[in-house]
Amino acid sequence: MSGSVRDRAVELIQVMTGDEKHEASAASTLDVLVALYDGVLRVSPATIDDPTRDRFLLSKGHGPMAYYAVLAAMGFIDPAILPSFGAYGSILGRHPDRTLVPGVEISSGSLGHGLPIAVGLAHGLAVRGAASAGARVFCLVGDAELEEGSNHEAIALAGRLGLERLHVVVVDNTSSTYGWPGGIAARFELEGWSARTVDGRSRPALDAAFRVAHPGRPHVVIAMINDALS
Amino acid sequence: MTVANALDRPVTVARETMRDRFYSVAPTLLDADPNVAIVLAEIGTDAFDAAAERHPGRVLNVGIREQLLIGAAAGLALAGFRPIVHTYAPFLVERPFEQLKLDLGHNDLGAVLVSVGASFDASASGRTHQAPEDVALLSALPGWRIEVPGHPDELEAILRAAAGRSDRTYIRLSELANESAVAGAVDGATAGRMTVVRRGRGATIVAVGPMLDQVVDAVADLDVTVLYATTVRPFDAAALGAIVDAPEVVIVEPYLEGSSAAVVSAALGARPHRLLSIGVPLIEPRRYGEPTEHRAAYGLDAASIGRRIRAFLEQSSDYVRR
Repeated sequence: MSGSVRDRAVELIQVMTGDEKHEASAASTLDVLVALYDGVLRVSPATIDDPTRDRFLLSKGHGPMAYYAVLAAMGFIDPAILPSFGAYGSILGRHPDRTLVPGVEISSGSLGHGLPIAVGLAHGLAVRGAASAGARVFCLVGDAELEEGSNHEAIALAGRLGLERLHVVVVDNTSSTYGWPGGIAARFELEGWSARTVDGRSRPALDAAFRVAHPGRPHVVIAMINDALS
Repeated sequence: MTVANALDRPVTVARETMRDRFYSVAPTLLDADPNVAIVLAEIGTDAFDAAAERHPGRVLNVGIREQLLIGAAAGLALAGFRPIVHTYAPFLVERPFEQLKLDLGHNDLGAVLVSVGASFDASASGRTHQAPEDVALLSALPGWRIEVPGHPDELEAILRAAAGRSDRTYIRLSELANESAVAGAVDGATAGRMTVVRRGRGATIVAVGPMLDQVVDAVADLDVTVLYATTVRPFDAAALGAIVDAPEVVIVEPYLEGSSAAVVSAALGARPHRLLSIGVPLIEPRRYGEPTEHRAAYGLDAASIGRRIRAFLEQSSDYVRR
């Protein structure tokens, strides 16, 4: 099943971009998105307005083809609209818009906005308690996106508040110009987060990292994308 | 409140400010509505300590992190809360301006922003704590309701109404206030509408929020109409269009001069008119002292306003003929 979702998503990316299959497959976020939507997130096209659903926030709004493709593969949007990607009247912009696309939880594109929103959302769901059941929040950021200072405001507060419902996945394709000496995980761990660093192309490794128990703490998965691995 | 002393010079005595009223009313909104949440960045936390104990998690202090202040408010809105977000105007509007544009506006999420400091309440603190440009900045974003109460009673009515909506509202509190509330501005039935304070035959003067007392004094001996506005966005174009007789229109605002010039002109449409905008000048004053000293220095006291309005009206042949 998981293989089929990934294969389907790759085909759908090609529909959008006309790229060769290996380029579509190289999208840095693809395997993370498939792992989340195909195995982790408790959300479906039938529950996109259910207050108890898990929320996925794509903070790194750049290059959303893989995101749209996975949403289409999972039935949130009609695959037939994918070729309209980026067109004037399309709902599928080069950065996603929550008011246009079913299943998209935030409008993003400008870097450094998703994680602060995720902190407020995870806190709010926790305050809701039973009304939100165990709804969790997953936020995808990029390693270069982490340069935005707003992330560090959010990382610090989430750690102090012990936001157990908050999960961050950092897709690290070493695109940050100045890098993160000592590693990205250390920056979260210092603030009280649970952290795992894994091969971002490995479905079993991603699955295991997302299932780590982290009572009383937020959890971050650093998904390393080294294209030599694939 | 000002009272005359033996030398007939006004002295100011302690009275309740809009900020005092906000700190007494906002905690009760948490009691009344389970969807209300308060989001703070260290400023004002003491006022909510007791409410925070009654309502765990619904008073969120993010520390000195104002980008997160707005982002977290947006997240709370996504969780179904009505966030009331509060700090000094520069840190609420200017520092996280992109968060206002995107996290709230572009994401189409609601919040109530309540600022203190206004244009120069923090006169002795200098430029860093002053935000005369806040209304102009928010006016550049679509979909914001901007409220400028002139009295604690007006603030309370505006705050209660905003807490019950789901829109994006900015409420601008000031230490400078009018002696008494305007009846229409505390009446929910007329919320968002301008109030006719005085009807005259000549020019129309629009006084915004805390400028009303100064304006009324300034035009005491002129045959003009005075309108009072607390809601400046959306601007009550219908009321202005319905009442303007003479072509002269003046708007007196307690923030950056000209902030409402475009909406006033638009309200008058193709009708020939002349507009005088009075507000805080576009300068870097580098002065401290008292708010009233700043008010006088910027020509926002009654005497200065009166001189500018008379000079403006004397330029009008119509006015001279009348």
